Amino acid sequence: MVDVTLERGRPVTDVELVRRADWIRLRTVDLIAQAGLGHYSSTFSCAEIVATLYYHVLRLRPGEPDWPDRDRFLLGKGHVATGLWPVLADLGYYPADWLKQFGKVGSPLNDHPNMRLARGIDFSSGSLGHNLSVGTGMALAARLSGRDYRTFVLTGDGELQEGQVWEAAMAAGHYQLGNLVAIVDANGFSGSGPTSQAMNIEPLAERFTAFGWLVHEIPGHDVRALRKVFGELLPGTGSTQPVCVIARTRKGHGVDMMEKQPQAWHLGLLSPEQQADVVAEITARMELAAGSPQ
Amino acid sequence: MVDVFSDIDRDTALKGNPSGYAITELAAENERIITLTADLSNVLAEFRKAFPERYIELGIAETNSVSLASGLASCGFLPYIFSMAPFGVLKTAEQLRTDADYNHLPVRLVGRLSGLAMGYFGTSHYAVEDIAIARTMANTTVVAPADPNGVLALMRATADLEGPVYIRIAEATHSVYDAVPEFSHGQWLRLREGTDITLAAHGMGVGLAVGAAKVLADEHGISADVYDAAYLKPFDEAAIVDSASRTGAVLTIEDHLEIGGLGSIVAETVGRHKLTVDLRQVALPDKDLEVGVPAELYEYYGLTVNGVVAKALDLVKE
Repeated sequence: MVDVTLERGRPVTDVELVRRADWIRLRTVDLIAQAGLGHYSSTFSCAEIVATLYYHVLRLRPGEPDWPDRDRFLLGKGHVATGLWPVLADLGYYPADWLKQFGKVGSPLNDHPNMRLARGIDFSSGSLGHNLSVGTGMALAARLSGRDYRTFVLTGDGELQEGQVWEAAMAAGHYQLGNLVAIVDANGFSGSGPTSQAMNIEPLAERFTAFGWLVHEIPGHDVRALRKVFGELLPGTGSTQPVCVIARTRKGHGVDMMEKQPQAWHLGLLSPEQQADVVAEITARMELAAGSPQ
Repeated sequence: MVDVFSDIDRDTALKGNPSGYAITELAAENERIITLTADLSNVLAEFRKAFPERYIELGIAETNSVSLASGLASCGFLPYIFSMAPFGVLKTAEQLRTDADYNHLPVRLVGRLSGLAMGYFGTSHYAVEDIAIARTMANTTVVAPADPNGVLALMRATADLEGPVYIRIAEATHSVYDAVPEFSHGQWLRLREGTDITLAAHGMGVGLAVGAAKVLADEHGISADVYDAAYLKPFDEAAIVDSASRTGAVLTIEDHLEIGGLGSIVAETVGRHKLTVDLRQVALPDKDLEVGVPAELYEYYGLTVNGVVAKALDLVKE
């Protein structure tokens, strides 16, 4: 197990990724019910992104989480760690039993990820705006040490209101870090309302372009588009520009009541009746997807 | 040891830019060392000449520097951030705590121009709360060297620590050490033995304490127990208890606010140990501070040999 490497670009079908994203939603609902509170709609907006990265894009070695040549993944929007915990357990970073402790005092798995507690977490997060800087440091470290790993940082769109993000964007552009990828989960909402109503962050593509980044803007729930954009990152492109993937997503995606009221489900707890409805909705879609062509 | 200053007189380099000298020496022995600055590249001129590929300029962006350094540290490097103390510590307190300290990462912050060293520029440029902030971070080591040889000693002594280190560089120091002293982790150096009063100081205060102890002995017949309290976290609890128990009177000297620095460390310690001790501070008051050239500010706030002598006499006479 220790030396088993999950290589980049490993085979997976679009249907499998779609079902995996819904599996992340279902497991998130379970874990939040267990903990008593959690971030549903923000986790759901990036479920396809996380599924595509962990089951297709990233080079990983779950049996050796500190393997120096692994691709790094930083969860800038740390409040969606609930969606990552079942993925890391499924890939073998830790026993599935750990999930039973989620939300309890002393558990290594918390609402936000802690690199000192949970195997597979490349850096802690929670305070928004830090991780793009951290990832820029990791990308510079790869260059300094002659390693070819890539660093991926998933940010929220509200997080881009933090000034430090743009200090990091400036540094990554200045140092031409083609081994750094920022993914913006542009779901259009932050904690208290529509993101650009609180403070306009658009036009995002033009802003990152102006900082020297190569920008792709894609529909963020379309696994085919995600595979394509990440596929273009594989070595050999020769790019010296950091890459920004602006994934246009919907907060609460995949659950009708949350799509209609994304803000109400930023942080909350489903009643047992609501949870049954949500699980039935996601499960029915997964069964439908299983029967569709690959 | 590699002589990285083959064309420069060692003493001149060490006196003029001790932290820049020290990091160049350390980097020659440890290739994990990387330096970063937020627009303070001049203090790393020699380092950049010796190791250009191991230097990262980040512009006037301190918060990014600390988080970025934490990313480097998580990948096995030993990043030293050279910054002006007021911006390197105060502006980045949350990044130091959340990214470096909570994650136990070996990020080093070398804070030049601490205390009132940039007095003439205005209070925006003061770093007089930095120790109070840094020493609340559980995994961070805080040191404040007394003079250039102290800088060299403490940068060497802390290079291999696993957690973050804040190295507070004082500029207006008096020479205290003729040679590079040897520090043990968390222990203070006793510079003079005495029985009437304890003088404990860090940074520029150490030279003042040594000078004052001589005056107190020569002109007033008072015998002072003098410590270089270079380690502010961890600090030397045993030295405080031992000396305070013997003298019954402790005067702390520092270019830091009277809240949260060495004075607080000593007060908290003697309180915990239920010692009956008279305490005084030569420190900066908890109110708006004046602006001026550093030498005049030091006079104004009693951060001089005469200022220390006067407070010591008050304390002993009581």
